[in-house]
Amino acid sequence: MLAFIGRRILIAIPTVILISIFVFTLQHLLPGDPILVMAGEERDPAVIEALREKYRMNDPIPVQYLAWAGAALQGDLGISLRTQQPVLELIGGKLPVTIQLAVMALIIAILIGIPAGVLSAYRKGTWIDWLANIVALSGLSVPNFWLGIMLILLVSVKLGWLPASGYMPLSEDPMQSIKVMLMPAFVLGTAIAATLMRHTRSAMLSVLKSDYVRTARAKGLRERVVLVKHALRNALVPVVTVITLLFGELLAGAVLTEQIFTIPGFGKLVVDAVFNRDYAVVQGIVLCTGIAFIAMNILADAAYRVLNPRMSDQ
Amino acid sequence: MQTLKTLGLAALLAATSGLVHAQDLRIGLQEDPDVLDPDQSRTFVGRIVYASLCDKLVDITPQLEIIPMLATGWEWNADGTELTMTLRDGVVFHDGEPFNAEAVAYNLNRSKNFELSRRKSEVSSVESWEVVDDTTIKISLAAPDATLIAQFADRAGMMLSPKAAEEAGEKFGLNPVCAGPFTFKERIQQDRIVLEKFADYYRADEINFDSVTFLPIPDTTVRLANLRAGDLDMLERLAATDVPSVMSDDGLTMEKATSLGYQGITVNVGNGDRANTPIGTDSRVRRALSLAIDRAALNQVVFEGAFAAGNQPYPPDSPWFNTAFPVPERDVEAAKALLADAGFADGVDVEVQVANNPVQTQVMQVVQAMAAEAGINISLTAKEFATLLSDQSAGDYMASQIGWSGRVDPDGNIHQFMTTGGGINDSKYSNPEVDTLLNEARLSNDTADRKEKYDAALAILQEDSPIVYLYHQVWIWALDNNVLGFVPYPDGMIRLHGVSMTE
Amino acid sequence: MTAVVDPQVLADPLPPRRRNRAWEKFRRNPYALLGGAVVAFFLIVALLAPILPVPGPAETDWSAVRKAPSAAHPFGTDEIGRDVLSRMIWGAQASLLAGVVSVAIAVLLGVPLGMLAGYLRGWTDAVISRFTEALLAAPFLILAIALAAFLGPSLQNAMIAIGLSAMPIFIRLARAQTLSVMTEDYVESARAVGIGHLGLIRRYILPNILPPIIVQSTLTIATAIIAEASLSFLGLGQQPPAPSWGAMLNIAKNFLEQAPWMALYPGIAIFLVVLGFNLLGDGLRDALDPRDT
Repeated sequence: MLAFIGRRILIAIPTVILISIFVFTLQHLLPGDPILVMAGEERDPAVIEALREKYRMNDPIPVQYLAWAGAALQGDLGISLRTQQPVLELIGGKLPVTIQLAVMALIIAILIGIPAGVLSAYRKGTWIDWLANIVALSGLSVPNFWLGIMLILLVSVKLGWLPASGYMPLSEDPMQSIKVMLMPAFVLGTAIAATLMRHTRSAMLSVLKSDYVRTARAKGLRERVVLVKHALRNALVPVVTVITLLFGELLAGAVLTEQIFTIPGFGKLVVDAVFNRDYAVVQGIVLCTGIAFIAMNILADAAYRVLNPRMSDQ
Repeated sequence: MQTLKTLGLAALLAATSGLVHAQDLRIGLQEDPDVLDPDQSRTFVGRIVYASLCDKLVDITPQLEIIPMLATGWEWNADGTELTMTLRDGVVFHDGEPFNAEAVAYNLNRSKNFELSRRKSEVSSVESWEVVDDTTIKISLAAPDATLIAQFADRAGMMLSPKAAEEAGEKFGLNPVCAGPFTFKERIQQDRIVLEKFADYYRADEINFDSVTFLPIPDTTVRLANLRAGDLDMLERLAATDVPSVMSDDGLTMEKATSLGYQGITVNVGNGDRANTPIGTDSRVRRALSLAIDRAALNQVVFEGAFAAGNQPYPPDSPWFNTAFPVPERDVEAAKALLADAGFADGVDVEVQVANNPVQTQVMQVVQAMAAEAGINISLTAKEFATLLSDQSAGDYMASQIGWSGRVDPDGNIHQFMTTGGGINDSKYSNPEVDTLLNEARLSNDTADRKEKYDAALAILQEDSPIVYLYHQVWIWALDNNVLGFVPYPDGMIRLHGVSMTE
Repeated sequence: MTAVVDPQVLADPLPPRRRNRAWEKFRRNPYALLGGAVVAFFLIVALLAPILPVPGPAETDWSAVRKAPSAAHPFGTDEIGRDVLSRMIWGAQASLLAGVVSVAIAVLLGVPLGMLAGYLRGWTDAVISRFTEALLAAPFLILAIALAAFLGPSLQNAMIAIGLSAMPIFIRLARAQTLSVMTEDYVESARAVGIGHLGLIRRYILPNILPPIIVQSTLTIATAIIAEASLSFLGLGQQPPAPSWGAMLNIAKNFLEQAPWMALYPGIAIFLVVLGFNLLGDGLRDALDPRDT
């Protein structure tokens, strides 16, 4: 197992380097000069030159990349062009926000998706199955930014139940924090709930047909015990591995959700950074998410191997 | 039982008295400010924060007159090359350091010579200075500069604590130390900026809040929703289209002030190859475009009539507006006649680049529809702001929809754009007569004299029209009913002196 | 399996009975039919846009700015007086085009790369797989945003950006399918008989990997339509005055209170189209799946 993980990490290193080079080049090919924007309305040539020197914009791109890579290896991801704050600090500050959003969304997704999947598998072919499937597909098909806007209109503007935007750290005021995140987490969670429901359903279906479930039934156990103790427990195995892979989907969904609900998280940081041509920030984020994503993949693969030793390599 | 009741009452009193005293004002901003260093900062919203964080040498009245702030008086010498400023006594910075002429000298030096300072061009006329005594400083200019005092009413005149600035260097913005009514407490990027009341502020009795929290909320609908829900006490830049709904809301008040800036279409008349176009080479085409636009209707459709139509760098209610050229009514026939004169009776094609945000694209779509009726076929290219700016600067455009945030001194709205080789003259317009007029207007301190010169320059510019002015933004604030004493200023700033909030 | 392989079997890997069975299953699946119907409806609307009796999508009317739905304007008017229904019909063109073209780009680039990786294995596979992993590590939407910003805001560039961002999915799918088909007996036999690379690919691999790719394409069209709407929402896709559902939503969010219809209808349209494609994709998957439950 250790050898397996070690090998995967080794293979991952060139991937990470590739990602960073790719994003770095892409950014510097983006049209529009951030220095011009940063220099302010007056565009004083002296200031522009000073800024170019400071941020090494006059150096050729490979040199700039090596400078960044060298610093990155020592833990210095540079500073935001816009506000001078160190990128690592910026990311560190935003991470808990998006993680809170993601966790709340995941909880909502699990609460909706898994029971729905179990129910529709158990009652396959009936109207319950049909309804659950339509609802799941609807969740997948709704553009989450539209859902967000509609919810704001209904819940915040018309009904005044929940605040329309902002953020409250969990440590400061847990109740308010959850209230503020509820709508965005719901919007994000519904999209994931659909995928989760479908996976749960197909896993449950194959488990319900299996031998040991038939045996459990033959033994005369109550249906509910069969369902929960035997079927669900085994069906959850592939579902759990799917959850780790949903990380990517969550992050992508967070981008627009954070934009609409003005949540100062990762997604919003990235979009703003791309629009502001804040190179260092985009670079730092992509590096971190790339590493996290690859780590998740390795974790998922390892978990699957542990839980299902019959799966052959590659 | 009795003791319990007394204890309970005491606790209640303590709690409520605590509530009454800890007054926090929550202000919704359109964007997140950039770096909080007045010498490096370049955003409009940054200035809103500074209004509460950093006091300046002088300030303005809503009528744009200069009044004392950290400086109590100033005097020019006979030929306008020496400015002697008398400074206020007994003022301290947030870190306890004294405010004096040395501090002013330090700040002048930083604004002028700090390599990353964006204020260099604003104080470019300053050559040297002399600390006469603790409360007097003499500033020497290379040549007379009528704009200098007005510059001191903005970021160039904001005083930073020399000790803090020296220690932090370019990182000053992470923990700014100034001499304003509030001190910097904390900042969470894109979430909030929190300031706390400065107990030793020299006008502390005018400040009625213990803290101010600025919350950047880019979405105008969400910002308003927050105000309605009570999560904000006031907000800046209410969307013009939300004005009717706020006016009919009993719990909200609205305040307006016409801004100092403008929005228009800058035409490439001499910036590289792309100036060789009908609109770039013939002023008649530009004037035809101006005549084809119904500015009142534009204002009505996009801004519910809340903004101000414009045809000059200054708004119609500004003392510098040239009243000989009022904002024209739409005249499609005259526009067509001009085009025919210029040889384009069959129509002319114009490419306009515009920033890809909803308001500006909406404005240009309306202009596009109007211009089409006069035979001017506009095609729009939406670009991100960063790209737009680059292309405009490099001359890679035919026409560009862009604005200017506006300056207190009239020179600030015209000189850099219309003089040959001006720093932001992206149209590369060049007219020696205009150059002379604008350069001379800078030197004189006599308002009447300056007005004459600007009027003459504006008359020429009406003919040449390198920029087709469209409208002037109006700053609109929405406040909760219990926020009292707010005074709207044309520079868009939120000054909290005298503002209070009832519970 | 006999030692001598019937050439007829080799030439025709999918027995005709199996193909008919797929169609049968599809026809009996209510989801698939519903999905197909919805997609067909929008396709027809989009194609017929020029001849439908609605005002032009760019026709402005200053006196009818942000009017509620009425007889003259069944879906109301937008912020500069244009008919929302008309813009929705024409917007269907943009959305469907974006969906189909993006996926076409992703498939045309991704499938050959994936097949190559699965067929040749070794170094080719390693390089292509690392490249694919790197692309997949960046969240899809962020990649699309960066690419669209790089290429400049326009519908065409948005389609290219989405296509490139979706490409890795097809590389991985084609690769996995190719790998599994390569281990099948009939492929072994074909190789033994001496059929060359091109023949193998054309007659055995391609037809067998097509079904899951068709299913994935349909589902990815759904994702692509949402991606185009998202990019337009951020200002990077279809530029005004050309209509696009996402761009309409971008403007509409500023007028939620005064003109909620501006946000309601485009959103419903996106939802229905995407739902249609998802149902269709599901139906196709059930119909083409040999391992039926």
